[in-house]
Amino acid sequence: MHYHSESLIRDLSAKAQSFRIQALKMVYNAQSGHLGGAFSVAEILTALFFHHLRLDPARPDWPERDRLLFSKGHACAMLYTAMAYRGFFPVEELMTFRQLDSRLQGHPDRVKLPGVEMCAGPLGQGVAIGVGMALALRMDQPKPSAVTAPSARASRARVYVVLGDGEINAGVVWEGAMAAAKYRLGNLTAILDYNGVQQTGAVADVMPMEPVVAKWEAFGWHVQEIDGHNMGEILNALDRADEVHARPSIIIAHTTKGKGVSFMEYDNRWHGMPPNQEQYERALAELEEGLKAWQN
Amino acid sequence: MAELILMRKAYGEALVQLGRDNPDVVVLSADVSNSDFSYMFQEAFPDRFFNVGIAEQCLIDVAVGLAYCGKIPFANSFAFLLATRALEMVRTHCCYGEANVKLMAAYGGISDSFDGPTHHAITDIAIMRSLPNMTVVVPSDTVAVVRLLPQVAAWRGAVYFRMNRNEVPVLFDHTYEPQIGKAVDVRPGKDVTLIATGLMLSRCLEAANVLVSEGIDARVVEIHTIKPLDADAVVRAARETGALVTAEEHNIIGGLGAAVTEVVSDAYPVPVKRVGIPDRFAETGPYAALLDRYGMAVTDVVRAARAAIAAKR
Repeated sequence: MHYHSESLIRDLSAKAQSFRIQALKMVYNAQSGHLGGAFSVAEILTALFFHHLRLDPARPDWPERDRLLFSKGHACAMLYTAMAYRGFFPVEELMTFRQLDSRLQGHPDRVKLPGVEMCAGPLGQGVAIGVGMALALRMDQPKPSAVTAPSARASRARVYVVLGDGEINAGVVWEGAMAAAKYRLGNLTAILDYNGVQQTGAVADVMPMEPVVAKWEAFGWHVQEIDGHNMGEILNALDRADEVHARPSIIIAHTTKGKGVSFMEYDNRWHGMPPNQEQYERALAELEEGLKAWQN
Repeated sequence: MAELILMRKAYGEALVQLGRDNPDVVVLSADVSNSDFSYMFQEAFPDRFFNVGIAEQCLIDVAVGLAYCGKIPFANSFAFLLATRALEMVRTHCCYGEANVKLMAAYGGISDSFDGPTHHAITDIAIMRSLPNMTVVVPSDTVAVVRLLPQVAAWRGAVYFRMNRNEVPVLFDHTYEPQIGKAVDVRPGKDVTLIATGLMLSRCLEAANVLVSEGIDARVVEIHTIKPLDADAVVRAARETGALVTAEEHNIIGGLGAAVTEVVSDAYPVPVKRVGIPDRFAETGPYAALLDRYGMAVTDVVRAARAAIAAKR
């Protein structure tokens, strides 16, 4: 576990909040997109892209990079925002989101946009694709020896999968979860953005997934539970997950759908609805107010 | 009578050879490796073989992840499962996402005859052929399996490789040098062209012999690559013989017959008669008897050839 300074945590938290503002502008401009799940995953993606992942935006195909599989592809306004500010492509390009000729497709396209690791949108597939990547990366590692083992482990590429909670309704998630445990994939970490709301209602009503922690434990995974908007907890949990060997790890991150905009929070209608002008202005004002809290 | 060899055994041996030649080749199974003979690879390279259990969607997704990290995954299952249960994964990641996954489709057509229509694959070619970025290859015999498999490994992008479960006649010898995307002239002829894929090639050769006795000189062309189709070869056959018969172990809707018809209707319209399963499910039974019963008898090819010739001009 590493020490994370107060200033790092404040800086990353402010970034996440500013990314909400950016995503709001993109979805408002496109009059299309998914804000609720983008707002809930802001801190998680910010922690990954701006602190935890080993990557080089100038070399999106660097073989040694960590792989981020953004399985909840509909929330890609936040993925694109984090990638742009991390340097994968120009920030100005963000406003082409969902437009003709854009690399920023309605759902992520790995062929069009270097740095995107998988096409996503049809939900449920990040875990099983992550299993394949984790197997491949493990095959390519030098065989451990007394001399090289500790340092080699420190430099090894890992796989991170960001999941939505609605998407774990899908059976293939659990097929992948079983395979990850069978192959003892210690280099695979999933983060569940557990905002409790899916497209047509509460997860608990649409398809009750509880007990979520017990389910993943029963499938052979190491499980942590955190507040998914608390940057310090996210950073600590990611570090802890990296230290788990011989089994996959999942971080159950409790979040709020639509986080940061009072009239969007907990409301499934904001899963895939763009705001009108009045709603946009109110949302913008609330998010900017929230940003001040981190900047003071 | 041609020698009969079990196609899946030839496949298992070819897969092991591929494993020896290319360390990036990995093999995945959805727990039918003793059916499709990919177990032979498992015995030779246990560290490069992954059995995900009875989970075909997971099979494809895991293969996709391996492909995105530079491996060349050969994902094995029954043809109908790859083409139906796992289809969304194939479409989204292998085709749209351009994952270099090789789909090894065992038990193509009705070759798993006794297991019945649940296990028959009679729509897979139509399904796979309609996907952008997908290549569809159907070997006709065991020599074709051995010759084509290394090309499948070297081919850039997803390939659907459809094989036969059973002992099949050996049609080709060491001189056979197929290339993905190129038709093969198997028998010269000027009155009609029988265009065949898979096991139906052997039945078309039999039909051509029957037609000789009627004074009909039938050309036989093998199409092992249904997509991308060798359109030049199809148009040449249309131009030079004026009538075509297609023959496949598949629904007459959407497969080889449709592919050929699409080409000639655009480029050089001639009569085309399609031999295949007449848009219905088959049943349980002995393989040869099922082929005869469900529209793929030698006499069906002969009849189609006569009809195609009669429809000229």
